[in-house]
Amino acid sequence: MAKTMAKTTENRQTFKVNPIDCTGHGVCAELLPELISLDEWGYPIVDPRPVPPQLDREARRAVAACPALALKLVRRSS
Amino acid sequence: MTTTVNEPATRHAATMPRLLPAAPEDLRRHLARYGPTPYRGQAGLLIGDIEASGLTGRGGAAFPVHRKLAIVAGARGRKVVVANGAESEPASRKDELLLRAAPNLVLDGLQLAAEATGATEAHLYTHHGATTEILRALAERAAAGLDPVSVTITQAPPRFLAGQESALVNRLGGGPARPTFQPPRVTERGLHGAPTLVQNVETLAHIALIARYGPRWFRVAGTSAEPGSMLTTVYQPDGKCQVVETEIGTPLNTLLSSGPETQAWLVGGYHGTWLPLPHPAALTRDALTLDNATLGKYGAAVGAGVLAALPSDRCGLAEAARVVGYLAAESAGQCGPCLNGLPRIAAALAELAGPRPRRPVRADVERWASLVEGRGACHHPDGTARFVRSALTVFAPELSLHEKGRCSATNPRPFLPLPDGIPTSEDDWT
Repeated sequence: MAKTMAKTTENRQTFKVNPIDCTGHGVCAELLPELISLDEWGYPIVDPRPVPPQLDREARRAVAACPALALKLVRRSS
Repeated sequence: MTTTVNEPATRHAATMPRLLPAAPEDLRRHLARYGPTPYRGQAGLLIGDIEASGLTGRGGAAFPVHRKLAIVAGARGRKVVVANGAESEPASRKDELLLRAAPNLVLDGLQLAAEATGATEAHLYTHHGATTEILRALAERAAAGLDPVSVTITQAPPRFLAGQESALVNRLGGGPARPTFQPPRVTERGLHGAPTLVQNVETLAHIALIARYGPRWFRVAGTSAEPGSMLTTVYQPDGKCQVVETEIGTPLNTLLSSGPETQAWLVGGYHGTWLPLPHPAALTRDALTLDNATLGKYGAAVGAGVLAALPSDRCGLAEAARVVGYLAAESAGQCGPCLNGLPRIAAALAELAGPRPRRPVRADVERWASLVEGRGACHHPDGTARFVRSALTVFAPELSLHEKGRCSATNPRPFLPLPDGIPTSEDDWT
């Protein structure tokens, strides 16, 4: 059990915003307010922690919905 | 402002300076002093010596040089090396002086880096373009058939970010000198997609000396963790500017005035950190020295070696506000937090530098500094936030005076150097 847990954590992904491509549409924060908020100028502030498993589906939706293709999910190490 | 060179260079270990001759040296003098470029005859062979030397990049980031060399050396296909002399930090003068005084040392280092990485294309990117000294050195070397790889010169636009690695690669590729989002790093995918080694011109000059005298010679100077010497640009409170080569780990009070005529030190330039005087470290035995291990304890770093002693007759807040106004104008305008945050921080600092700033302004600056940090494609917002935070801390007593409608300054003349007229037009990037 402990081994499975460790493996799951290793495979967790985190959000990465390409700040040049991001134009502050704010769709990501609307779809995933649990992990993404907007600063006072409308640009996303993403939770730096790994995306918890129960939010995996919403996280992928937020990535797919970004009109600027600026939001990515990356492995922790990268 | 005057720029002078200190003592003449000799080849004796730990004798300073190592890089800067007393007067500019042509190829004949260079060869008489140093002998021919010590090629290793094969790619990769020099990298072990560079690793053993502990040389780190002298452009500001202090990244281990051997690691970049090894990444590019390990790549396949066409590769590029670039000598970066953009020196886009307006207070820094060391790269310009090095390129005038010892261009052949830089060009030796560039050729050695090309050999070590297996690069077949070499560039020199400089603030002043093709100066007389560089053109002469290249012509003399060509006539003597010294350089295996020909060198292309490109002038950097006079923008603060023009020397940033990805901005440099964009400029050499024919585009504007603006940073791009990384990864991939330029060592993996740089100029026209080729793995590209970008090294500061001073770093290359150190490579040229390590290749000749070896890593043990290099490590006689500096600290064990941060070996060698570095070029610094030092501003004293009387306004004099001097480029000084010094060992890493040198006590800062031997480089910078610390008497009553000085109210604070700026270490690491305009992405650097203000330190108060008398500094708390002076009360302990832990003297402030010019190395990242020591400066890091006080939130500072050596950066590209710009050191300034702010005179006591100036307003520190006014100085900080001028610099941050410049940094805000120098945002590439590509990333939302930087584009929106830096001008607001600059305007707020300008208010704090004036009489009776409104109460919430200081808190605004701190909030915006946190908001921009870590959210740019390059480190411009991070460096600006560091400079701003340390200014608010060090000049807090001055801010209290301003809130009462007073100011301690008796001299309104600007102290820290900025370019004449802040460029703002779009085409200034090329």
